Amino acid sequence: MLTKRIIPCLDCDLGVPEGRVVKGIEFKSITYAGIPWELAAEYGEQGADELVFLDITASNERRETMAHVIERTASNVFIPLTVGGGIRSVDDAKRIFNAGADKISVNTAAIKNPKLVNEIAEMFGNQACVVAIDAKRRHLPSDEEAKKRADEEREIIDTKEGKCWFECSFYGGKKFTGVDALKWAQEVEERGAGEILLTSMDRDGTKDGFDIELTKAVCDRVNIPVIASGGCGGPKHMKEVFELSDVSAALAASIFHYKEYTIREVKQYLKENGISVRL
Amino acid sequence: MIAIIDYGIGNLFSIYNGLKRVYDKPTIVSSDNTGKMEGADGIIVPGVGAFDDCVRNFKPFSDTLIEIVESGVPVLGICIGMQLFFDESEEGEEKGLGLIPGKVIRLPKTVRVPHMGWNNLHILKQSKLLDRISEEDYFYFVHSYYCVPHDEEHIVASVAYGSDLAAIVQKNNIYGVQFHPEKSSKRGLHILENFAEICRGG
Repeated sequence: MLTKRIIPCLDCDLGVPEGRVVKGIEFKSITYAGIPWELAAEYGEQGADELVFLDITASNERRETMAHVIERTASNVFIPLTVGGGIRSVDDAKRIFNAGADKISVNTAAIKNPKLVNEIAEMFGNQACVVAIDAKRRHLPSDEEAKKRADEEREIIDTKEGKCWFECSFYGGKKFTGVDALKWAQEVEERGAGEILLTSMDRDGTKDGFDIELTKAVCDRVNIPVIASGGCGGPKHMKEVFELSDVSAALAASIFHYKEYTIREVKQYLKENGISVRL
Repeated sequence: MIAIIDYGIGNLFSIYNGLKRVYDKPTIVSSDNTGKMEGADGIIVPGVGAFDDCVRNFKPFSDTLIEIVESGVPVLGICIGMQLFFDESEEGEEKGLGLIPGKVIRLPKTVRVPHMGWNNLHILKQSKLLDRISEEDYFYFVHSYYCVPHDEEHIVASVAYGSDLAAIVQKNNIYGVQFHPEKSSKRGLHILENFAEICRGG
């Protein structure tokens, strides 16, 4: 039986030699969880099903550092590796694939130039093309507002907090695009994306749990695998998102980096609760 | 020596590194030195991407591979590499190598495509490739098409995804795995080790 995947996310600051995985921000200063390939090996050992590396510095000169990080990881950790952050072209992607990555995740560059999704999928295969969607709720306080948005062809969802649509953000959540996240999800599937990495900007960093309504809405609209991200505070949230949506994988960062839970503990808990995982 | 065929599709970094863990002499063979395939103890045909691209890029190696297979040298196809061994694929127009009778067809719309993630095997037949492997072990799959051998006897293990799909095939010295052993952690490396053992004549 196909198991649900648990994916630790390594946000990489590549401004430091060798790079560092960012743990969080405490008292306004950045704290680090460790050297990327060392942490990758540790998570691999704990039973991570896959690893996502996000270059949060994402400038051109640091692409080489990321390639080096992936090379070091791939020579030692034999699970799938996804790399995202700042990939703007097929050439950028090629460098990262050659270093040993299995999948490339694109967000900002794909929204600016949707053909990039087709190009990556054609050149490296659908399975290698992940589109990251960072979605934010836009609540519609009145019926009038809802009608206006529906006329603009927004996909309106009924949530516990009332009607809303979801807007894509880019540049790591700093800017908004006006693009409807549910429509964009369907478009990238048509363009050849093999997977969607879906992050709730409302939940990201809150530890309040995944945005189930968003996750469900995307899973219902596409036939490619979806990874839920944003808001995971513990194994209960993973259980919840797997039980209430048809998501294929769940991604988390801080619960692993702060050593609140090991991956094995999370999987053990899920297994005890009847969710199929690889142990 | 085990030769890994580099036909310009995808990178061979992981398969090379994985094999090196369990075998000391992997050699990468590219189209300008296909002669190196002769005398190999075993051949690995990796592959990602689209069927037609793979067939076209594989052409410089086809004749030598077929000769080598006939001489009894073990050959392992991985993912699309395995699909190439069949007659044809719904994914493309090009003919496969025809080493195992059968075709390659698309996963149904009733399941999410690609079949992506860790899945376990249903073992149907004994094979040296499955030494130390049980039905509780998981392997990493990522594919949108799957192999349907004409002769069910060629299916060594299946995987449940919508229906039962061929996960490992074998016809004499020709082996194919739909999953990626080089991405399947320790159990995947066991599979590569088992193949290396087969190549050593074990």
